[in-house]
Amino acid sequence: MIWAKEETLSRADIEMIQLERLQETVRRVYGKVPAYRKKMEAAGIVPEDIRSLEDLQRLPFTTKQDMRDNYPFGLFAVPQKELCRIHASSGTTGKPTVVGYTRRDLDIWSECVARIACMGGASSGDIAQICFGYGMFTGALGLHYGLEKVGAAIVPSSTGNTKKQIMFMKDFASTLLVATPSYALRIAEVAEEIGVDVKKELKIKIGLVGSELMTEAMRQEMYKAWGDSMMLTQNYGMSELMGPGVSGECLELCGMHVNEDHFIPEIINPKTGEVLPPGEIGELVITCITKEALPLIRYRTKDLTRLMYEPCKCGRTTVRMENLLGRTDDMLKIRGVNVFPSQIEEILLNIEECGPHYEIIVGRKNHSDTLEIKVEVSADKLIDSYKALEGLERKVKDQIRTVLGLDVKVSLQSPNSLQRFEGKAKRVIDLRKEGE
Amino acid sequence: MIKQVSVFMENRKGRLEKVTAILKDNDINIASISLADTSEYGLLRLIVSDPDKAQKVLKENGFSAMLTEVTAVRIPHRIGKLSELLKLLREADLNVEYMYALSTEKDRGAMIMKTSDIRKAEETLKAGCMEVMEEDEAYALNI
Repeated sequence: MIWAKEETLSRADIEMIQLERLQETVRRVYGKVPAYRKKMEAAGIVPEDIRSLEDLQRLPFTTKQDMRDNYPFGLFAVPQKELCRIHASSGTTGKPTVVGYTRRDLDIWSECVARIACMGGASSGDIAQICFGYGMFTGALGLHYGLEKVGAAIVPSSTGNTKKQIMFMKDFASTLLVATPSYALRIAEVAEEIGVDVKKELKIKIGLVGSELMTEAMRQEMYKAWGDSMMLTQNYGMSELMGPGVSGECLELCGMHVNEDHFIPEIINPKTGEVLPPGEIGELVITCITKEALPLIRYRTKDLTRLMYEPCKCGRTTVRMENLLGRTDDMLKIRGVNVFPSQIEEILLNIEECGPHYEIIVGRKNHSDTLEIKVEVSADKLIDSYKALEGLERKVKDQIRTVLGLDVKVSLQSPNSLQRFEGKAKRVIDLRKEGE
Repeated sequence: MIKQVSVFMENRKGRLEKVTAILKDNDINIASISLADTSEYGLLRLIVSDPDKAQKVLKENGFSAMLTEVTAVRIPHRIGKLSELLKLLREADLNVEYMYALSTEKDRGAMIMKTSDIRKAEETLKAGCMEVMEEDEAYALNI
């Protein structure tokens, strides 16, 4: 089912709506947000210069640093009394980024998430268990109100106490799971430990995962854990832009449909900032064109992807973004080789004897970078033979050398020994940064 | 043919102690234990009074434990007896993957051995008049 008619407009109609809303947004931020006015003046642009969608390229970018510099409310375009909600990102370094919503922003947010939930198979009969951490994080409340709008019954179980989660899931016969892919796998793992058969005793048939990248190999792990018939889709968003609801996969699983009547995506060369033609891979830049409280212009997401404008088999005409390749700031440079953690994940998950949990440790020794991969042994049958374990170590090493051209140290771990994550997984430890 | 509990352990402080504590808390006796020294991880092999329960409680405590079938065979304390036993296996074209002591008594001992084909090994040993132990007998040793 398609939730809104805006998802099936012709390209010309979408662009007309986008231009109108862009012009209005630019006028508004120019008038109401001093930081934006200053940037536009520095670039020699006034709102009247935006006459077509191509003119978007003339506007300066907004970055996470801009949000920090204007902490907490400096980029807001409405008076404080119009705010209805305030969220913040986790902010692992420095000040968190703060985002605000008016009543209308919250309504649009729910609408955007409702479309994505519907794309992923959700409907009014579902019992939706939300295993995202509630609190300042936008993920949980975003999905909460979006799914409520779809008509599902919400179980706001949040994260933590995984055994109790499973009890609710079983006793309420929850049909829909919202979680990060890593937490969804953890839930399945704990269920097995306590003797609950995920595929028989639980009724989860829809999985809406997000907040961290799900690689194709991770998707296969999810099917293994939750059953091949699970309707599993991932969705994309970030708190700066709104939260979840920017884009999501439909059941055709061929990229994430962007809610284009609210967001304009562009792909740029992350080094030069120049806009790349459709289909090319680069950094995703998003302009929010309907947000009242925090309308960001050309926000640099640091996520790498490409855009596909061909209409989808599902009937939607909105542009799709390909599954993320990684983040520009996730990229590791090891002995001069560019490595995305997602490449290592793909390799590990395709080796049957390894579990889906791993850690990548980058260090420096004798003026050269070192790479160590800790991975859990998942095949019980290996656990009585040194020869078999050594064979597994060699297999991981060889495949990484083939794909990345790097020598790694592989450390096998016993199942359940590496850290588990309830929110975004943090699997890369770069010791080089700590020494600086 | 008897069941051995095999446990994968990273080489980390306190892991071995944890395994033994779990077994103690569940009233499980260790009849024999084998652990080789390697730098990164080790495979702990145990003959215990109740292997099924041992595997279950170890798993519940987050260890990866599995059951492996091995042979327990008694050997009288006589020079050349082990050599005689190994000759039987060689003649039957069987390989020994690992072996360790299960018990020593006054005039005989017992060994655990993992061979490339347990069933065939036990038949061969029995045919060669070696005393292959039954499950109950092995699990009840050293209590």
